[in-house]
Amino acid sequence: MNKCAISIMVPLLLMMSVVPIIAGTLDEVKKRDTLVCGVSTGLPGFSSTDEKGHWKGLDVDGCRAIAAAVLGDAGKVKYVPLNAKERFTALQSGEVDVLVRGTTWTKHRDTSLGLNFAGVNYYDGQGFMVSKKLGIKSAKELDGGIFCVHAGTTSELNLADYFAKNNMKYEAIVFDTHDQAAKGFEAGRCDCLTADQSQLYALRTHLSKPYDAMILKDIISKEPLGPVVRQGDDAWFNVVRWSFFAMLNADELGVTSANVDAMRKRSVNPAIRRLVGLDGDKGQSLGLPDDWSYQIIKQVGNYAESFRRNVGSGSSLKIERGLNALWKDGGIQYAPPMR
Amino acid sequence: MSKSEAIARWWNQGRNRALLFQVLLILGTVLFFFLIGANALGNLEQQGITSGFAFLSQKAGFGIIQTLVSYNESSTYARTFLVGLLNTILISVLGIICATVLGFLVGVARLSSNWLIAKLAAIYIEIFRNLPLLLQVFFWYFAVLRALPLPRNSLHIGNWFFLNIRGIYIPRPLPEQGFALLGMIFLMSIAGVCALKIYARKYQEKTGTELPILSASLAIFIIPSAITWFATGRPLYWELPSLQGLNFKGGMVVIPELAALLLALTVYTSSLIAEIVRSGILSVSHAQTEAARSLGLPQRKILRLVVIPQAMRVMIPQMTSQYLNLVKNSSLATAIGYPDLVSVFAGTSLNQTGQAIEIIAMTMAVYLTINLTISWLMNQYNARVLLQEQ
Repeated sequence: MNKCAISIMVPLLLMMSVVPIIAGTLDEVKKRDTLVCGVSTGLPGFSSTDEKGHWKGLDVDGCRAIAAAVLGDAGKVKYVPLNAKERFTALQSGEVDVLVRGTTWTKHRDTSLGLNFAGVNYYDGQGFMVSKKLGIKSAKELDGGIFCVHAGTTSELNLADYFAKNNMKYEAIVFDTHDQAAKGFEAGRCDCLTADQSQLYALRTHLSKPYDAMILKDIISKEPLGPVVRQGDDAWFNVVRWSFFAMLNADELGVTSANVDAMRKRSVNPAIRRLVGLDGDKGQSLGLPDDWSYQIIKQVGNYAESFRRNVGSGSSLKIERGLNALWKDGGIQYAPPMR
Repeated sequence: MSKSEAIARWWNQGRNRALLFQVLLILGTVLFFFLIGANALGNLEQQGITSGFAFLSQKAGFGIIQTLVSYNESSTYARTFLVGLLNTILISVLGIICATVLGFLVGVARLSSNWLIAKLAAIYIEIFRNLPLLLQVFFWYFAVLRALPLPRNSLHIGNWFFLNIRGIYIPRPLPEQGFALLGMIFLMSIAGVCALKIYARKYQEKTGTELPILSASLAIFIIPSAITWFATGRPLYWELPSLQGLNFKGGMVVIPELAALLLALTVYTSSLIAEIVRSGILSVSHAQTEAARSLGLPQRKILRLVVIPQAMRVMIPQMTSQYLNLVKNSSLATAIGYPDLVSVFAGTSLNQTGQAIEIIAMTMAVYLTINLTISWLMNQYNARVLLQEQ
């Protein structure tokens, strides 16, 4: 008798405990005192660990900026390495607060997955890496080639589009992670490794003979990469988006981690005074402390610093700013004003 | 008798009460899953996530390297599902066959009276059953790849067999007119062989003499087919593989992902099956062997007619588990780019559409169905080989 009662009651109790995901990510992060940030499983320059096990990279700086803004400490981040297949489910289910993982902003992802893209921290495009030995100069010569690709990325789809458009044939070997795809390329399983160009530069540094491989000039797609949050949580969306915009505005105004203290004391430029949290509504409208943007600049630096340190001239990747230069320098990085 | 008395009486019968509780339990379970489902759908909608199976008719838009049915970039996600499913079934069936054959050989070798063979088999078993399977998959894949030459320097036999880093290339048979006839003749000769076998057994039961059926069946197999083959003007065209541009075109290719995964699954599972075979054979009382020997049966027949059939009873349930494991383990394919169901459907398709719940549910249903089928078949077989007690 009792057994039967239990077997009916237990499911009923379980059922009642299935509740919708809580919407207030900002409050939850504050309460937890840690930001849970989804990053890639290891892509030099964007998110990878150094010898000491510390996460570094342009995307990692995105996580650090949010933690600095919300918690006042860029170190309070728990990184969750995700492969391309896992990333959206991890975000949708609330396993991570934000995804900063080289994710291309597309219409389908923005509208059908319950996600919102909070900005573009890197403008990229899909390219090809081939062995120099092949003697290939252009993507048009790759007809009939075999390609190594990372599973579940826009690269997989662009590849099909590009070859269909040019009436050429191809075969794709689809690997679970960037690293495996690069290994397959190195072993000679495929003629060509295809991914976003920035990723190709990063993966090339992992090859045993990086300079035997070359990256073709052709770019076959637009890949705006940026941080992603769950849809329907506007307060959190604002925090993530403006954490990034603070870095861009600091870049534009020439405020760096080195000079931010001096600027804070002496600057008379109203835009800078608003940026470092002296004037204006400061953090109130975002639900953040007044010095939120100051903490970002002080602890993480502005966009130019982060770019240079992780992927630009100060790194082993040596990627040019290109499209990612500020609008006033010929690029398309543009942040709305902080006022 | 009042109404309440009737209820009390009904209630006091154990069987009735049990029935009531079972019905309540079923209702409770159904309600539980219904509410969970409704809750999940509600949450998805609230978060702005599209749900439902409409995506199956959308264009997938990506390529797959090995497809058993026609497929291209403009096929639908439903087609992707089919391609992945067939690739999973292919690797599972090949794996089960190879692992069983190899496992039997190693298991019997393990019991060999030859010291060297027995020890070699023991070493094989201990190495491969103790290493994690994923490690073995990587080992075979990257070891196989690294050892092989690039397409331009392929190892080859004549102009019809090529081995390089992109796979094994062999000629592809293309049936021409008259091939259907050949197929029919071939099927008929198989039927003929079966009939001969049944007749031979009956004859042996009646007279005690064994008929030499081997040469007769070979003749039935070969002669009619051979005559038809030439009479219809050899209705099979062999398309040869050849190097064109970057890679080989034409012919058939066994991709290295398939080869490596098959190797890893076969070697790993066979080491487990070998132990099952050993335990099965050891479970047969030695007196049985001695009795058979005293009848004057040769060693090979003792194994085939006396020992193995009895050992089977012990082995089948455990073999079933190994087969089920092999099917599940085949999903490690995704690590090396073999396009199985998990890789193309629960991987790429899931990521392109974002329909996690639907796709994972479909994938789980597939593995469940395949494994329940294997279980069922093995149980049928088990029932047949069970001791028929009188």
